[in-house]
Formats: sequence, C-alpha cells, structure tokens
Amino acid sequence: MSRANSLDRRAVTRTLLAERGDLLVVAGLGAPAWDATAAGDHDLTFPLWGGMGGAAMIGLGLAIAQPERPVLVLTGDGELLMGLGSLATLGLQRPANLAVVVLDNEHYGETGMQETATAHGVDLAAIARACGFTLSETITAMEGVEALRPRLHAKQGPLFAQIKIAADSPAVVLPPRDGGLLKSRFRAALLGPEAALA
Amino acid sequence: MSARDAVDWPADIHAALSEAGLRQIAYVPDAGHARLIRLCAADAKMRMVPLTTEEEGVALAAGAWLGGERAVLLMQSSGVGNCINMLGMMEACRFPLLMIVTMRGEFGEFNPWQVPMGRATPGVLEQANVIVHRASEAASVGAVVAGAARLAFSSYQSVAVLLSQRLVGAKSFQK
Repeated sequence: MSRANSLDRRAVTRTLLAERGDLLVVAGLGAPAWDATAAGDHDLTFPLWGGMGGAAMIGLGLAIAQPERPVLVLTGDGELLMGLGSLATLGLQRPANLAVVVLDNEHYGETGMQETATAHGVDLAAIARACGFTLSETITAMEGVEALRPRLHAKQGPLFAQIKIAADSPAVVLPPRDGGLLKSRFRAALLGPEAALA
Repeated sequence: MSARDAVDWPADIHAALSEAGLRQIAYVPDAGHARLIRLCAADAKMRMVPLTTEEEGVALAAGAWLGGERAVLLMQSSGVGNCINMLGMMEACRFPLLMIVTMRGEFGEFNPWQVPMGRATPGVLEQANVIVHRASEAASVGAVVAGAARLAFSSYQSVAVLLSQRLVGAKSFQK
C-alpha cells in the first residue's frame, strides 16, 4: 500500500455528504454503501447490495433523467474496476451534473482484503481524464476532500475523484436490504407520491 | 423488395418505443438493429447511449427509472450473457427493464461461435426470471414490442423481445 493511503473513509464520506441539499446519491456495493449509511440513511441515497460494476451507470441514467439535480456516485476501487468501460460511456455522454468519486483503499474490503489493481499502479483518475471527464483528480488529504464537496453541486462535470483512503474496516452500518423499498422511497422523495402511479 | 419484407418493422419498433415514452436508448450495435438505431438517433425525444458492454445498459435502466425516465436496451443475443448478474438487481428491486434482442446463432447462421450463446439465450433469460417474447413475423413486431413495453413498465418486470434471425436476416460476409 502506498503511504498516501491514510484518509478515514467515514470522515471523507461525512464531509462529501455534508449539507447535501438536492444531491442524489448512488452508493456502490460494499463499504461505500455502509459509509453513506453511516453518514445518515437518506431517501435520496440508493445503496447497492449487488449489481457490482453498475454504480456509475446507474448514476448516468439518473443524471440524464434529472439534469437539474447534482448526482454523486460514491463507490469503491474494486466496484469501479469491474465496470471500467463505463468511464468511456460516461465520457461520451458528458453529463455536467454527474460526479464519480472512488473511495480507493486498493483492496477488496468485503472479501478478505485482497489487493485490487490500484495497489499496483493502475491510475483510475488518469483513465477518467483520458475518457474526457472535465475534472479528474487524485486526493490524498482532507483539504482536497473539503474542496471537492462544493464542486459536487456545481454541475460543471462530469467530475471524477479518486480519494486515497486507509484500508481499514470500520463498523458496518447497514442500509435497508429490500431493493423494492430502496427504489420506491427514492422515487417518492424525488418525483413525489404520483411516482407510485407511473 | 418481396412482400414479406414490405413491413418496415424497425419503424414499427421505433413507433412503439415512442408511444411508450422511451427516452434513453442504450445499445451495443448489431447489424439487425442498425435501422432502428438510426431512427432513434433522428428522434429529438430520444437520448442515445452507446455502451461498451451490455450490462451497462441494465444499470442505466435502473438509474433512469429512479429518475423518472424509461430506458430500453438494444443488443444482439451474444450480449445477453453479459447481463446476467445485473439482471438480478432488477428483480431484487422490481425495476422495469425492456430489452430488444436480435438473435444470432439460429436460422441461417454461418458463424459457429455465435451458436452457443444464441441457443442458450431464451433459457438463460428465463432462468434469470426475465419474461421472454419472441417476434418472428414482420407484421407483428410492433405489437409485440408495444405489449412488452407495457408489461415491463406497468408491471415492473424485466422483459426481453427476441427478434428471430429469420426476421432480421442472416448476416453474410459475402455481400
């Protein structure tokens, strides 16, 4: 593990989701979903219990459907690596209201802390840059996280950030597991009660 | 043009998608979808989302529905195999999903590498709890797609329309 990986994933997530306003959030399978829940379970957060590799594309579908709302995909390095091609798909669509933020601990945290490709130099931020993301950066200090937070709301993207976090496993904070509930409460909060009649 | 070809079934699919309010058109290209893709791209109400692999389109459809829009996924049968795990998410969340699949590996196929996935496609989809409709006659394609769209979006199901290779035409490299 590189020495740059020291940020606390829960502190990072709390900072990014502070004063979230009208932010819509997709939280990728595994620890990012627990992190988002630890920061406060929210009707307009869609935490994934499966669909590994799909978080960024769920974010794209949502961002296209809701161009006036900022959309944050908060996911892990392993999850994004499984859907790496989606960065090309997003780069082609260039949704200004979408940000993809990777909590990069360089490990598969849910399965025994095996190393991912980012532990061996694969540079996700460089890939996103090459795919045409407006801004793509690697963040190794909390000052960078604090500077990123308002940019999630600026709709000048698509943005990409790879945040180097420590490879620890804080206490699991689980969101609801019922996918139908997660979907319906998100739609009701975003679209109003008539969403149930669509 | 023979009488059998006289029905412009890609135009009928486009009309059915338009009528059903499909807005996000996700696709991995297939020769059999080429005319439909052109028609959708020329439709100002439709947003084209070309994919690098088919399961991206399943996830896109989930996000579209969360945001209040409808997406359709166009692909050939070889792409169905790429979608399987992501289909589980659609069932677990009762997301609607409409897929239109051009079949390879059946009538008149010349590429043996297309045959295994083509033959497995209906069974694999059904094993994944996707409702499978088959469209083989040009005149009925539009109605089949319209019914599939209604089933998907009004009953929150994953529905695939398989366009038979006999309908689409077997690919030839002899031109």
